[in-house]
Amino acid sequence: MTKTIIGSATKELAIGFDRPFVMIGERINPTGRKMFSAELRDRNYWRVKKEALAQVEAGAQMLDVNVGVPLADEPGIMAEVVPLIQSITDVPLCIDSSIIEALEAGLSVYKGRALVNSTTAEEEVMDRVLPLVKKYDAAVVAISNDETGISQDPDVRFEVAKRIVERAHDYGIKSEDILVDPLVMPIGAINSAGKDVFHLIGRLRNELKVNTTCGASNVAFGLPNRHAVNNAFLPMLAGAGMTSAIVNPLHDGLVQAVRAGDVLNGLDPACANWIKAYRPPPAEGEEGTRGRGGRRGRRGG
Amino acid sequence: MSDSEDDIILKDLNDADLVAQMHDDLYDGMADEVKEGTQILLGRGWDANNVLAEALVEGMRIVGIDFRDGILFVPEVLQCAGAMKGGMELLRPILAESENAASTGKYVIGTVKGDIHDIGKNLVGMMLEGAGFEVIDLGINNPVENYLEAIDKHQPSILGMSALLTTTMPYMGVVIEELDKRGILKELPVMVGGAPLNQEFADAINAHTYGRDAAMSAELAKTIVGKNR
Repeated sequence: MTKTIIGSATKELAIGFDRPFVMIGERINPTGRKMFSAELRDRNYWRVKKEALAQVEAGAQMLDVNVGVPLADEPGIMAEVVPLIQSITDVPLCIDSSIIEALEAGLSVYKGRALVNSTTAEEEVMDRVLPLVKKYDAAVVAISNDETGISQDPDVRFEVAKRIVERAHDYGIKSEDILVDPLVMPIGAINSAGKDVFHLIGRLRNELKVNTTCGASNVAFGLPNRHAVNNAFLPMLAGAGMTSAIVNPLHDGLVQAVRAGDVLNGLDPACANWIKAYRPPPAEGEEGTRGRGGRRGRRGG
Repeated sequence: MSDSEDDIILKDLNDADLVAQMHDDLYDGMADEVKEGTQILLGRGWDANNVLAEALVEGMRIVGIDFRDGILFVPEVLQCAGAMKGGMELLRPILAESENAASTGKYVIGTVKGDIHDIGKNLVGMMLEGAGFEVIDLGINNPVENYLEAIDKHQPSILGMSALLTTTMPYMGVVIEELDKRGILKELPVMVGGAPLNQEFADAINAHTYGRDAAMSAELAKTIVGKNR
């Protein structure tokens, strides 16, 4: 069974076929957020802290960290933000940048085993990112596109992913340390986008034996009530074999949808996590007298 | 769907009713019907330019407004654009031959170097075609040379650039600088767009116009070439 181990200084997280679906919180990312961008440029990180804590509280098991502000010192900001987040939460981090220096800046100060987001199959990108992944003994997200773009044919995307996995092997990176992103296309533009991804996840899992991740929200681009589409999509992805996704855990119903998916996929023995999360609170005056857990200091993860 | 006896027979409609019906059919994304309407108008001796302007472009203008206002959604607008294409197939060869083809203008569009995202860019292209622009689509991952070559070859009235990544969007500035160096920028308005962009960034790189979304971009493009109303 493929198992990707990511960790912070004190906490280890396994992403794998027989494990609960891992939600990687996406909100530490200034893209399209004017205030956030300006604050990062001024090295003001209050919002980074707020987003980190809110997402962990909501149920994210990992956090993606992207500080890509155009024309700013991204490596410098990354080097400050990573230790800051690690000082307030123990969930593992995903260092996210398309600037190699920013990836290295984040990795060099990271405590534990990080996930690097990301490499594509573009030669120039693989040549720069994969040695870094090896050097810092990290795991890596592999996005299944190359210089020619994103193929609409899922089987071509499979071949592209395979090329990254094989190249990673050349650098001494194991399959289990690669999370392939099969690329989710908008269902509003390509009606087979959902089925294509389900098919591709199956092949990635059975033939390449790799874990998978994706930015799921793209699927509902241009649709009304898109959160509902996302929330339905995530358990379907999990059912098809996807093992993690980069999501906004603060969106209404998303965490519940993912956790319910875990229950239904048989990944939550005795439904223990589900019950722990959603057991009705005791009625007034009954605290501590009934029910299980919580009151006995059993706060497992 | 209506019963066959309620079906509208396009060729029985007078010109005004037919054009109005074509607006509805465009809105509903009915490619065959739009194509048929185009054929009928041409058969009645309409100038291809008038068919384009009054039936197709006007229909897509209405689509654009409802898209902008959140009444229509992306999959629907794609269908509208597909329907428009049906009519355009008939008009294009005629327009290409006519002396006084009244296209809104030429628009060169492409995603910048390093960036392979094209769904938003394609949507903008469709809305521009809907607005009557002749769109030259350079696709994805375009270095500055591609833009220069296309500008030289097509002499567009507007250049549009798209980027979806914070790491690729600065490249728009590189292209604009190069255009400036060559003295092209003062002649050629440059529009930029893409999810991570904003007005502030467009100003910083000296772009002429920031297109917030596809419908808005088409409207702004018409304004630039002086054909908005």
